[in-house]
Amino acid sequence: MFDLDEKLARGWSRMGPRAVYGQILYELAKTNPNIMALSADLGRSSGLDRFSKEFPDQFLNVGIAEQNLIGISSGLARMEFDVFASTFAPFASLRAGEQVRMNMGYMQEPVRLVGLASGFALGFLGNSHYGIEDVAVLRSIPGIAIVSPADCFELYKCIVASLDYPGPIYIRLTGGVNMPVVYHADYEFDILKVDVLSEISDITVVSAGATLGFAKVAVEELKDEGAQIGLVNVHTIKPIDNDFISKLEGKCTKIVVFEEHTIIGGLGSAIIDALDEAKIRSVEVIRCGVNDEYPKAGDYNYVLSTLGLDTVGIKTKLCGLL
Amino acid sequence: MLEYLVRSKSIRKKIVTKAYECGESSHLGGALSMVDVLCVLYESVLQYDVNNPQSEDRDIFILSKGHCVLGWYAALNEFGLMTDCVFDTFQINGSHLIAHPVKNLSLGIESSNGSLGQGLSFGLGMALGLKKKLQDRSVYVLMGDGECNEGAVWEAAATASEIELSNLTAIVDVNNLRNDGSNLTYQKNKSLSAIWSAFGWNVIEVDGHSHVELQDAFDAAKNENGIPTVILANTVKGCGVSFMEANNEWHHNRITSSVYARILEEWRSDV
Repeated sequence: MFDLDEKLARGWSRMGPRAVYGQILYELAKTNPNIMALSADLGRSSGLDRFSKEFPDQFLNVGIAEQNLIGISSGLARMEFDVFASTFAPFASLRAGEQVRMNMGYMQEPVRLVGLASGFALGFLGNSHYGIEDVAVLRSIPGIAIVSPADCFELYKCIVASLDYPGPIYIRLTGGVNMPVVYHADYEFDILKVDVLSEISDITVVSAGATLGFAKVAVEELKDEGAQIGLVNVHTIKPIDNDFISKLEGKCTKIVVFEEHTIIGGLGSAIIDALDEAKIRSVEVIRCGVNDEYPKAGDYNYVLSTLGLDTVGIKTKLCGLL
Repeated sequence: MLEYLVRSKSIRKKIVTKAYECGESSHLGGALSMVDVLCVLYESVLQYDVNNPQSEDRDIFILSKGHCVLGWYAALNEFGLMTDCVFDTFQINGSHLIAHPVKNLSLGIESSNGSLGQGLSFGLGMALGLKKKLQDRSVYVLMGDGECNEGAVWEAAATASEIELSNLTAIVDVNNLRNDGSNLTYQKNKSLSAIWSAFGWNVIEVDGHSHVELQDAFDAAKNENGIPTVILANTVKGCGVSFMEANNEWHHNRITSSVYARILEEWRSDV
């Protein structure tokens, strides 16, 4: 369907994850009439223009009505359609949080809920549109998987994997156009397993989503300068890969987590919870993300830099720990 | 007709008996007000296989006003879809049958409810799925008039008419009372019927205790093409027990042994 090569990696990076999401669904729908793509008036923002024109029977704009989006998507999922529902991350997780809880949590309807432009991808639109609480909210609802793809190849892998995943999933899209490329070629993806990009070391960086791309550049630069740092892509925040957690004991004393999310309840918290469950006390977790305050808005790179989540900030943080 | 009346009476008796036996407060008013609607649905509207609640050609029923579920359990038991054994587990610790519906397809319970205003969107999704699969099955969603205070109801109402779903029928049990008393939100200086109509629905207003009117309304809904139908069933909350009727003390209350004796006495003199 797609040749996952360097050329496509660069092309998809230029398009950004939202446009790529729409393109992937379009390709899948060519051979899968069971796919239904729904949106709460953000079809265009989901890259679904072409999809909605060519497969009008497989597309539904439910209106600017996120609660309705979740209810209808769940009813269709019950009828065994492969349902993808997309809207901006805060509206998916909070505006419709109650419907997500009842339909995807309590009833376990296997909707693939796509949180668009999470983190700070919407730049000047500001905190009303940022996704900095979505992971925390959805982690607290029993039985919903949370996946945060690092780049567009991983997004593709996630979407394909979601079609075989038996339960409800939240797919968190972060980053925008020209997002960093982490994967330049086809690779093995297991939705339930972390991807170790640089061997676990005394100091190991953990990240997910677009932030992982920035962390990767920072870690590679530091390694070139002679430092030993691990780097792990924890794309699936829930359920967390407990094999990975158990391997940390004895190999690592500091996990440094970078995330476009509040540090309360996000990926860092998920790692702390998992270490605690495993009774591993020898690993310190340092969380870098949004502290308990809404950040000043600006363009994407500005917000990342003010929070120390861009490559420079990540490198500076890690230098202080080495 | 006599059959209906006997059925309704029997369901009401099951409701109050189970409420009494469980020893705790139950949502009696709204359970009793919707009995005749359920009775007509299960007697002559819904397609179902009494021996197989999961039969592939069944119609879908969703109790969106989930707090009144005791009335539904009683109806399922009355129509042979729920055994006495299962019905007797009502509000036993760990039971499937608690005070709100919990999705359990083997018991014929299609969705979990209790958080109001959600059944119509979910039912809409199922109705749309059935239509896409070209299956001749219908979805019925029973709501309360209090529940219609929830904004999410209107999100679904607008979409259902937009996409011209006629295999979706909503029933509103209009008993005019909610937890704190009179429900005027969508009724004072406006009419619920005009609102549904403005949302593009085929509106049929009936006496919600008249089996004949209900039957006619369901028949008309079945024959409607291109738009969804809402049946506004005007009911009396607590219907069937004189001192509970239109008395919101019985919205959620406990039936003590003396109250239970009083009900039985009242019904004995009825006959």
